[in-house]
Amino acid sequence: MNLAWTLHTGFGAWNPAIWLAAFAVAVVVTLLIRAWGRKDYRKGTNQTKPFISGNEEPSHSGGHIPASNLYWGFLESLKAYYERLVPLHTGVPTDYLIWLLGVMAVVMVIGLVI
Amino acid sequence: MTISSIAQHLPALLIAVPLLTAFLTPLVGGVNRSLRVLWVFLGIAATSAIGLALAWKVFTYGTVIYVFGAASVTQTLPPDSGGIPIRIIFEVDAFSALMIVIASLSAFAITIYSLMSESECSGQDGFYALLFLLVVGIMGMVATGDLFNFFVFLEISSLAGAALVAYRVDKGVAVEAGLKYALLSTLGALCVLIAIGLLFAQYNVLNIAALASRLQFTTLDKIALALLVVPLAMKCGAVPMHFWTPDTYTTAPSSITALLVVSSQASLYALFRILFSLYGHLIHFSYATFGWFVIILGVLSMFVGVTMAIPQKDVKRLMAYHAVSQTGYMLLGVGVGLAVLGDRTALNAYGLTAMAGGIFHIINHAMYKGLLFLTAGAVFYRVGTRNLNKLGGLGHTMPWTMVFFMIGALAIAGIPPFNGFASKLLIYESVFRFSPFLSIIAMVVSILTLASFVKVFHSIFMGPRREEFAAAREVPPAMMLGMGLLALVVVLFGLIPQTIIDGLIMPCVTALVDRGAYMASILGGH
Repeated sequence: MNLAWTLHTGFGAWNPAIWLAAFAVAVVVTLLIRAWGRKDYRKGTNQTKPFISGNEEPSHSGGHIPASNLYWGFLESLKAYYERLVPLHTGVPTDYLIWLLGVMAVVMVIGLVI
Repeated sequence: MTISSIAQHLPALLIAVPLLTAFLTPLVGGVNRSLRVLWVFLGIAATSAIGLALAWKVFTYGTVIYVFGAASVTQTLPPDSGGIPIRIIFEVDAFSALMIVIASLSAFAITIYSLMSESECSGQDGFYALLFLLVVGIMGMVATGDLFNFFVFLEISSLAGAALVAYRVDKGVAVEAGLKYALLSTLGALCVLIAIGLLFAQYNVLNIAALASRLQFTTLDKIALALLVVPLAMKCGAVPMHFWTPDTYTTAPSSITALLVVSSQASLYALFRILFSLYGHLIHFSYATFGWFVIILGVLSMFVGVTMAIPQKDVKRLMAYHAVSQTGYMLLGVGVGLAVLGDRTALNAYGLTAMAGGIFHIINHAMYKGLLFLTAGAVFYRVGTRNLNKLGGLGHTMPWTMVFFMIGALAIAGIPPFNGFASKLLIYESVFRFSPFLSIIAMVVSILTLASFVKVFHSIFMGPRREEFAAAREVPPAMMLGMGLLALVVVLFGLIPQTIIDGLIMPCVTALVDRGAYMASILGGH
């Protein structure tokens, strides 16, 4: 099927128009399901407050989780990798030059051998 | 000057107009501020219009040749030259034209953004003069067909870039970053100059097409190849020579960082030009070796870039590592094409598609990464910090910036229907035929990219309003316009990818693969 906007990858096809149509259908279905919800819901009443074992909901200010707290598990599980990788980024220009010259030496040797 | 005359001299105007704008900016700025704003706007509008017009001409009529100083601008071989193209020649083929499109669109959006983001800063005359010199350097690097001329433009872009990185001193941090950029760029350019010297000493020509027709792949040619390829890989931020990238991109003004991305991509263009157009057939016995060299650089860049991005707390440093990571996709795609260049069956089966994916990713990356850096600049413009641990809740007060950020973030993560998805899809599917393992790495890197930008989105825009940012509000219209232009391209290229592939990308692939046509444009006889 050769629809307008279709990207042919040589192995398959991708059509953003169909994707957008599917997305629009999903949005409509979501809104329909939402419309079937309870009609007695009132904003600003106790209905909208989370139930925290009867305790008052804490203030929202200061409740933001900072970036450093995210992906702790990922970073911890790759600790060994990061312990080797991060120190390579020394910030020292001469170290950067050594990497450049080192790679060039390797490439030059490979080039001369082949 | 008639329109046909302008059309004939577009390649020269591409350099002359931004150069004139650069040198006259301090003079105009001395009259008054409003005139400088108008002058800068007209300068970048004219430069971009010239760039787009030249690109249109190339994509419509084919390669454009421009000989400087000749009686006829297309006379590449004067009768008394002994068959040597002795003058400086611009050879703008489809790949060059694509890079000119990237530079034109990016420079226009970035300059409009800068007119407001830098409006409260001092030293604007020098700032815009350097910005236009950087544009001159980029345009020249991608348009020239002369190796020494390429070195000159590489130096112009490097020096202008280093000065711009250090321009807002920032307690010395920016100056240090500028110094690192200048040091590495100078050493890299020195290597390029030595390589050019080695080639000129043997073959007496500097024109790339003429050199390509004479190269013998002597020992000196091999040394020259290493001296050309490695510094250019360093300049485009390939791992393990990427260390300057986060330092430099973080401290430069955000608009300049976005332009430095384009400058890096000009180096990537030169890297591909050297490997395909200059050395092409000479490495036929070892396409796989050279292809795998580029692929390994690509895979290292993808993985190291994204994993280093995830723990970052400075939003621009995080984005800088992602720039390294995304460069890896381009290297991977084109590297696969290079690896199978000698195998016509594999090349047609998936090599050309891989190259198309890699080249498509160049323009996509320039658009969404430029957009992301501009959104980071917009946040810094309003709240004065780039620290993700201190930011939060800005979605309440900066909704448009948040939308632009979302478009850029979804595009870089390869989420449909944005442009990043289209180019990554081409890369995934074609590279899978070459090596499923490489394709899986590329997909994993995309997932990690998404995770990283979810963190940035949450950290900057989500959460309750914060008291310290109570005065924050949306950025001025000029900055929104700059971001909006790039966002529009990101969305548009994602919606009509096949049109872009057919119209812009496949001609580039053909231009790279058909080395004979590149030489024939100058030397004739193809």
